[in-house]
Amino acid sequence: MIDILIWLVALPLAGALAALLLPRYATAIVISTAIATSISAAALLYAVATHGVMLYEIGGWPAGLGIALRADGLAALLLTMSALVLLASSIYAGAYFRENLLRSRFWPLWLLLWTALNALLLSGDLFNLYVTLELLGLSAVALASLAGKTAAMQAALRYLLVGLLGSMLFLAGVTLIYAGYGTLDMATLSRVVAAGPIAWSALALMTVGLLLKTALFPLHFWLPPAHASAPAPVSAVLSALVVKATFYLVMRLWLDIFSEVVIPQVASLLGILGAAAVLWGSWQALRAERLKLLAAYSTVAQLGYLFLFFPLLQALPAGAARDAAMGGLVILALSHGLAKSGLFLAIGIIQQRSGHDTIRDLDGTAQRLPATTFAIALSGTALIGLPPSGAFLGKWHLLSAAFSAGQWLWIIVIMIGTLLAAAYTFRVLGHAFGQQPYPRHPVTIAIEEWPALILTAFATIGLGLAGAPVWQLLKVSL
Amino acid sequence: MLTAHWLYGLSGCLIMALGLRAVLLNDSLLQRIIALNVMGTGVFMILITIAYRGPDATPDPIPHALVLTGIVVAVSATALALTLIRRLTEEQDSD
Amino acid sequence: MNFDTWLPLLVVVSSLLPGLVMFFLDEGSHRLRTVLNMSGALIKLVLVGIITWGVFHQHIYETRWTLAPGLELVLHADTLSVLFVILSTVLWLVTTVYAIAYLEKSPHRSRFFGFFSICVSATVGLALAGNLLTFVLFYELLTLSTYPLVAHRGSPEALRGARTYLAYTLTGGVLLFTGTVWLYSIAGPISFVEGGTLNQLHADYHPQLRVIFLLMITGLGVKAALVPLHGWLPQAMVAPAPVSALLHAVAVVKAGAFGIIRVVYDVYGVEFTHELGLLTGLGIIAAITIIYGSVKALSQDNLKKRLAYSTVSQVSYIALGIAILGPVGTIGGIVHLVHQGVMKITLFFTAGNYAETLGIHKVSEMDGVGLRMPATTLAFSVGALGMIGIPPVAGYVSKWYLALGSLEAGMAWWVMPVLVTSSLLNAAYFLPILYRAWFKQPVTEWPNEKILPARFETQTALLWPPLITAALAVAAGLFAASPYSPLEWANLIARREYGL
Repeated sequence: MIDILIWLVALPLAGALAALLLPRYATAIVISTAIATSISAAALLYAVATHGVMLYEIGGWPAGLGIALRADGLAALLLTMSALVLLASSIYAGAYFRENLLRSRFWPLWLLLWTALNALLLSGDLFNLYVTLELLGLSAVALASLAGKTAAMQAALRYLLVGLLGSMLFLAGVTLIYAGYGTLDMATLSRVVAAGPIAWSALALMTVGLLLKTALFPLHFWLPPAHASAPAPVSAVLSALVVKATFYLVMRLWLDIFSEVVIPQVASLLGILGAAAVLWGSWQALRAERLKLLAAYSTVAQLGYLFLFFPLLQALPAGAARDAAMGGLVILALSHGLAKSGLFLAIGIIQQRSGHDTIRDLDGTAQRLPATTFAIALSGTALIGLPPSGAFLGKWHLLSAAFSAGQWLWIIVIMIGTLLAAAYTFRVLGHAFGQQPYPRHPVTIAIEEWPALILTAFATIGLGLAGAPVWQLLKVSL
Repeated sequence: MLTAHWLYGLSGCLIMALGLRAVLLNDSLLQRIIALNVMGTGVFMILITIAYRGPDATPDPIPHALVLTGIVVAVSATALALTLIRRLTEEQDSD
Repeated sequence: MNFDTWLPLLVVVSSLLPGLVMFFLDEGSHRLRTVLNMSGALIKLVLVGIITWGVFHQHIYETRWTLAPGLELVLHADTLSVLFVILSTVLWLVTTVYAIAYLEKSPHRSRFFGFFSICVSATVGLALAGNLLTFVLFYELLTLSTYPLVAHRGSPEALRGARTYLAYTLTGGVLLFTGTVWLYSIAGPISFVEGGTLNQLHADYHPQLRVIFLLMITGLGVKAALVPLHGWLPQAMVAPAPVSALLHAVAVVKAGAFGIIRVVYDVYGVEFTHELGLLTGLGIIAAITIIYGSVKALSQDNLKKRLAYSTVSQVSYIALGIAILGPVGTIGGIVHLVHQGVMKITLFFTAGNYAETLGIHKVSEMDGVGLRMPATTLAFSVGALGMIGIPPVAGYVSKWYLALGSLEAGMAWWVMPVLVTSSLLNAAYFLPILYRAWFKQPVTEWPNEKILPARFETQTALLWPPLITAALAVAAGLFAASPYSPLEWANLIARREYGL
């Protein structure tokens, strides 16, 4: 059972190497690796639910000297969500990339990204986090630049620069931690870290680095161009998973390791930036002319919602209310991951069919692809936070926490943000109703449309109706 | 001895700060990549300084391992960056 | 896991599943679609019959499902839910028959019936909601499923109307949602309990409770078309006739009114609402809406728009009934839920028939239509007379009880003038139509006549639904005193609410 932790990192890595060495069989290798990794992720989820926190010390070296892999409820949930997104996107990508050359370059990088993601989520050691963070960033940049056009290259380069800057700051923070406490093991640190200049500076450095990578307002400038010019499956993974991974790290730092150090004012600062992200991102999404740009700005906004939780979690005392809010945060993140990836996949289908993704000229295509449009509708439901969706439950808990803590500002922000999200979603969906001829069969390109439908269905009906286990799993924590 | 220790550490911070400044203020992509490397060097210097455990004890091996790993990562990242810059200039020239 | 716990869920699912399946059907599969639609409707009817019998005999039917900590989905059948569920189910059955015929040869039928079914599931779901969370959930689902129905035709006007509809209802939804979360954060999970639970809260909370009430009633009032939140209703008339019929008789407006009933009676408690000074405010808004709607209806030439403003006015009778303290007023308001539904659907069915068969959209085009389409116009007349309040059509029963209730509550000095004025206004905009239809010479050529091979004035499937609902409207009025009438059921509800 404990070996599952290693399988989750080793499988995609082996697959990446195999795909590199045997480009002719690459697609088959990737799909089978994807299925195997997804099964492992599900097994991990089950193991964490029944046995509690899973630990694996690599090479037998005890924590402190060696590198530990740890999985608790939060990590297991994110791992499972990533696996689902990557599996669906892999199936989609197999059909999306028409040219073989592009595809053979794509697959190894794709699996490398998966390796990095899994390793990051399972890391129990701060420096290991740095390495996996870099690996994640590099493979993401490489994937984003695959399209080859000037705009994509420029966006990818900017992404790379920002990412490297962020990691460097993160490393500086790790250095400070080691200087102050002599260990890099996360479980140990969460016990010993106490308020003081070293802890504050380290937290500040690491947070700024991570915020750069998570694209929190006003450090979000690199995200819309990068996500909008990447190929569809890459955008899906970038928006749904890569930024979530760095957000997960912010959560670990603020709520776990440095929980004694955080003061309410700084938590409020995160909240204010989050609020600005919600309003600015939603407004820009409303004004966007291209579907992918709309989706990218929507990511900026949705990440803002996640940051609104921080001042609330800080203000609530430990207990049922705080646990409920935590679960709300996680389910909102999961819901966004599933919904946004499904959205990007659907947009990719539209883009390939009509050669463009301009919203104003969407009429013909949207009406000729009813299944795709339905996927966009489901995704929109989860992004707005309408029932049934995980986001509905998440927003409920966010609002509830705001009312309990008496922090009224966030309530107004959430209400406006929800209405703006509705506005930009239905701006797109309005094009699905027109007077173009309706195709005989609702599902036209099965292999591409079903992954999008399944992902968005999970975000809405799956998490919306069967989301209660999320809270139970979060109780299994480090 | 103690003064040298602090000197190394401070220079590390200074180099890091200079690198950061260059990344933020420079316009040329190539210069920014180089500045990032300089920043990295600064951090590595600090790490090496931390490894010192006194005149009689052996230095702490862990920061050394971290520096080595960091250098490898920095090299790979720079390689990717340079390749992308080269491809970008090619694309822009052919436009 | 016995039958009793599954029954409410089954009622909702009986239309949800066929709906979801229909999305994936090919456009050409008419027969399969019809089978799915009708079987769903009939199954639902049977299940609802079982529930009605059970609730009458004090059985408990409840489905519970945990969504998250502190958030439970509860479907619970009590007397009030049964009233609304029966109305929805019967009228849905009739509308399905009508819609299948009306939309013959129309494009996008799989999509239409898919959303149609989800819409009814949402309505039944919110009728059976046992707590505020479940109500809000289905309320939003209703918004989402009705948008595609309004936008169905795809013309620029349809899209505009649908956009307006969405803007209003989503904003209302956000307000309702915020109010509900606020209430939950103060008082914990709010279940619907006859008599309300909020009067047990400490007096310090009263200012917050007032604001919450305002938020929730505004959110509900959008769908219930309370002035000034009614703007979407006339715009939504661009939808095809079956949609207008269902939306305006059953689903959307009634959902709003039903929500107001739930909030006042089963969350706050009617006496507590009165104590907080909120009941009078509700009454005033209701009165204004009643008069305003009728006045605007006078100036409309488009038939559906005239009926729309009539709906705006009529649904507020329900709100007025709520605002009148005392069981008699309550009975008047609640029974009007059923009566107005049956009468209004008749009117919209007939309007659809005029448009479909003769191309008539305006009142001014209706001269002599009674000779050409007598059965349809008979149904129309029954509906119109009911709206005015002329016996034996059911409308007079509701008005009678409202008047009586206001006398008992000492509010007659302002309620009676409102009732009288509105009845006069109703007469003013309905009687001229009847005169035109029956007594004027028909024009030589109708705007867009369809020549039908059948013997009847129009397709049978378009003719029977309005005749059936008209008959129901007459029966509800004629047999109001019998133990199976809507009035008796409303009586039962009021008795249980006031604890008599």
